Parts: sequence; C-alpha cells; structure tokens
Amino acid sequence: MADNSIEVKGLYKIFGPHGEKYIQMVKDGMSKDELNAKYGHVLGLKDINIKMPSAKIQVIMGLSGSGKSTMIRHINRLIEPTVGEVIYQGQDICKMSKSDLLAFRRHKTAMVFQKFALLPHRTVINNTLFGIELQGVARAEAEERARHWLSRVGLDGFEDNYPNQLSGGMQQRVGLARALTNDADILLMDEAFSALDPLIRMDMQTILLELQDELHKTIVFITHDLDEALRLGDRIAILRDGEVIQQGTGQDIVLNPADEYIADFVKEVNRGRVIKVDTIMSPTAPAASLQIPTGSSLEFAAKKLTDSDISEAAITDTSGTPIGGITMKAVIDAMVTPATH
Amino acid sequence: MSLKEMLPEYMIEFPEMGRADLRDLKKGIDQSFRTFTRENGEAIENFFYPLKMFMVWFEKLLLGTPWPLMILVLCLLVWLGARSITMVIGTAIALLVIGYLGMWEDTMRTLALVSVSTFVCIAIGIPVGILMSKSDRIQAVIVPILDIMQTIPAFVYLIPVLMLLGIGKVPGLIAVCIYAIPPVVRLTNLGIRLVDKDVLEAADAFGASPRQKMMQVQLPLALPNLFAGVNQTIMMALAMVVVASLIGAHGLGSQVLKAVNNQYLTLGMMNGLAIVTIAIVFDRVSQKFGKRLQKHSEKIHG
Repeated sequence: MADNSIEVKGLYKIFGPHGEKYIQMVKDGMSKDELNAKYGHVLGLKDINIKMPSAKIQVIMGLSGSGKSTMIRHINRLIEPTVGEVIYQGQDICKMSKSDLLAFRRHKTAMVFQKFALLPHRTVINNTLFGIELQGVARAEAEERARHWLSRVGLDGFEDNYPNQLSGGMQQRVGLARALTNDADILLMDEAFSALDPLIRMDMQTILLELQDELHKTIVFITHDLDEALRLGDRIAILRDGEVIQQGTGQDIVLNPADEYIADFVKEVNRGRVIKVDTIMSPTAPAASLQIPTGSSLEFAAKKLTDSDISEAAITDTSGTPIGGITMKAVIDAMVTPATH
Repeated sequence: MSLKEMLPEYMIEFPEMGRADLRDLKKGIDQSFRTFTRENGEAIENFFYPLKMFMVWFEKLLLGTPWPLMILVLCLLVWLGARSITMVIGTAIALLVIGYLGMWEDTMRTLALVSVSTFVCIAIGIPVGILMSKSDRIQAVIVPILDIMQTIPAFVYLIPVLMLLGIGKVPGLIAVCIYAIPPVVRLTNLGIRLVDKDVLEAADAFGASPRQKMMQVQLPLALPNLFAGVNQTIMMALAMVVVASLIGAHGLGSQVLKAVNNQYLTLGMMNGLAIVTIAIVFDRVSQKFGKRLQKHSEKIHG
C-alpha cells in the first residue's frame, strides 16, 4: 500500500499584508499579543511539526482561535503558509505549481466542512458527484459511484432532494458521501461533526470509524471536543494559540498531560474508555480462566471481570497467546482520576 | 458696512474663464469631435451594420407574422416563462385590445426595440459584471462609469450618438442600451460577490478551476440576483422608448412624442398605456421565471 503519511515541518502562518517580514521576530520569541499590538499582524500558526501517519486518523484538537482550522487548510493549501513545508509522498505541497495543486486537490484530497458547504442549487446526487465531475469522470459512472456512497452513509432515496430539504445530520452525510466519492487517499475533516447535536454526532462518528476500518484513509480530523478526539484519534495533537502543546496517542495525553492546561482538559475524561489494558498489565500471565485481548479498554476489562466474578485475567495477543495479566484492583486504580491532577 | 465691501474683488465676482476663451474651448472640442465624426463616421456605421441588419430583420419578422400567430407565439412564451394560465389569458386580452385600438404595428416595433436592446444589454452586461466581480480594481473603474450612465440626462448622450450615427434605429438602440445596461452589470457583479464563501471554499478544496468555479458554482448561485438585473434592464429599456423616439426609434414612443407635440390627449394616453401593458407582462413573466429558477431554496425544513 502506498505511503499516504503527511508531514508538516516548521510551519508558520502570520496573517497580514507583510507576514514574511515578522517571521524572524516570531522565531526570536515575539509573542502573539506583542506582534498584534506592535505591527497589526496576527500570528496564526507557530512552528508546527506534525507527522500524520498513513491510513490513520490524526486528530488536531484545540479551542476556537487555536489555529486548528488554519492548520488543516495548509494541507490542501487553501491557505498559503508564510514559511514551512507540508510533505506528501516526497513532494512539498506548498511549492506545487497551480496545475499540480489543482490535480492534487482533485485526486488526492477530499474535504468535509463544519457548515457542510453543499451547493444549494444542486440535488443530493449532483452534490455528491461534484468532486468527480471536476475530475472529468463520465456522467453515468459518476452517478453510479455517487449512489454507492450515498447508500453507504444511509441516504438511499434522497438522491433528488435539495440540501435545504434535509436536516443538518443528513446534510453532513451528503458532505461525507461527497468526500468519499472522490476516492482520495487523504480525507480532511474540519470540525465536520461539531454542528450536529450529540446523538447524531455519535452516529456520524460510528459511521466514520466503520468506514475507516475498511478504507484506511489518512484522515485529518479537526475538533474542539476532547471526547470526540479520544474516540476517533489514532494520534492527537493539541493546539493552543497556534502552537502544538502536546501530541501523541489519546492514552499518552490522558496519562501524561504536558501541562496544567491539558490536565484541566483531561480531568473530566472517562479514563476507563481511553486507557488500554496493555498500559497497566503485569508482564507475567496468571493462570486465569478469563482471557482479554490486547488493546481492550479498561472499561471492557472491568466488565469482563465483574461478569465472571473473578479478580484476575490474562491478556492475550491477536493469536491468543497470553502476554501478561491484570487484576481488578489495578483496573479500578487506573480508572479513578489520580488525586494529583 | 457689508461683508461684500470688506472683501477683495476676486472673492465677490467669481474669477471666470474669459468669455472668449470659453467660447474657443467649446468650439475647439466641438470641432475636433466633428472632425472625428467625419473621419470615422463611416467606420463606426459599418461597425454597427450587423446590429442594424439584425434589428431590421427582427422588426420585419414581428411585423410580417400574421397577428393571430404572433399572439399565439407570445402567449406560448409567457406560458414557458411563468407557467401561469391567468397570465397567458391576461396577455392575450391585452394584445387583442392593443390591436383593436390600432396600435398593433407600433407595439411590434417597440417590442422589437426592447427585445433587441435587452439582448444586447445581456450580451455585454453579464460578461462585464463577471469581470467586475473578479477584480476590485476593475470594479473601481466601472462603478463610476455606471453611475454616470444612470444619472447623466439622456438628452446629453443623444447628441454625440446623433452626431456619429445620425437619425435611425441603431442610435435609438444605443441610447436605450446606455440607459438600460447598468442594472444587469451591477446585479451580476453583486450576485457573484454575494455567493457564500463556504461554498466557494468547498469548490476550491475539490479542485475546481476558476472557470469551473464560475460556471458551476458562482453563476448558478448568482442567478436570482442576475435575473433581478435583467428584469430591471427590461423595465428601463421600456422607459426609454419615448426618449429614443426623439432620434428615430419608431414605435409606441414616437406616437407619444407626436401626442406631446400636438396635445393629443387620447393618443398619448393610449400609447402610454400600451407601453405600461407590455412592461407589466415582461415584468411579471421575468419575475415568475426568476422565482422558478431558485425553487431549490424555498422549501426549508429542518
């Protein structure tokens, strides 16, 4: 399989007419507030370095104004960086010619937007095939592909409706179908589920995870919701004021928050769902009757242990060989938020 | 002691340009324009020749078609535009009354003039509007020109048009177009600029070229505004037919002009009302058509 990882290197973005003039000052440590007060330029992103793994979901999390939407727009260059590189398959996207960029956007990326951004004058099916129509795919084939993906996101029978006739959740399904129809290796999702109400958001997350199980795209997912980030993200990068303050797996971040700010964030998290049994297992496998597969969550392990009313279980790898053990006590210890946080 | 006595001379009397200088200036400009006309008049006339032929052909077509067939065709067009049987019947009755009152031929001439000038306005106006929407600099140049075209008294630009092209159909047509083109240009520009930024960003993200973006996203979404512009252009073209008749555009307008000159009250009223009738038909049909174009945005439920 082709390597579809994306690497962002030393990316800076300063908004304003002469952004490039102030790069050195920012590198020398000028703060966002100082830059704005003295020169009227806004620091959007500062020294971003993220390696986004191929065929995984990379979540970029931050509150509003943290620069996460600016960040994702550099990957398909909807925003020009002030300095920095975005490398995909050995090529710097920031240096592509206009026509290369157009081809890259058409064939390699697809995007889902917070406000759906469907074309109001086109029916659902015509919205869905918009991307491949731009690629030049013949009408009959385009329609067939669009129908396939519409049906995958559960919109059978809505092909000839207009976006305005659908609810928000359904409109975002169209947005998702439009992106999937493009058959691109990279899927960019800019707060794609943030505008939906909680139940529908959960629904959409499930759909996305199910699809990802078979599609293995490189997904860059922007969100301001930590629960969403932990549920979806194989890797998470947390942004604040245009800087990455921590990156790693969800478990890394929950177990070792880099600073007070992140600690505050993760305090409310359901640790049982985030932390994996592997983190707390002891290396010696007990002779227990209960076996729990590697990669399971603590919550899952706790349920198994209570159901069988025993206090010890063996952890097995994918082939079923025991690789370690856990006890009920260790599970509950790890699930309770440590007092130090 | 009054204020006037305290002030020096040049602050009381306006320091005008000398009378002789002013006369020379006016004469000079007039003279050079006349020379320009003499030298280029023919070339300009040749330039407009195809338009003239088109105009003549179209007028002949309307006049040559037997009236029952003409009414049928017009009613069909109204149906296609508005999809309303009431409006078709209304149009048919209006045309029959106009014909019965002896204004059929003049109405056809006016119809020809308004149709051709609307066509010219759209053909020039929409591309100019698109150009304007693409660049702030072009917009900054064109907006004042449009302002001038809309505010300058029509009689003023009748003079150079008359000097260049004489009396006839084409000068009438040009006068109408100068007056009627601004709305379609303005509203094309506005419509394109008002297209939702999020949708444009989506088009960019999926790799739309500037041309694809214009044809598949911007223009379709600007259509309601664009159509309001076309509607205004038609209305303004109809409003101009009387002035255009001053320089030789025949039709209902010239009858109104005749009525003004001779104080024929009834003649003036009848032809005036005929213009109003055509205007109402055009307006309602184009509005209904415009509404049908944006049907997709009407039914909203969450």
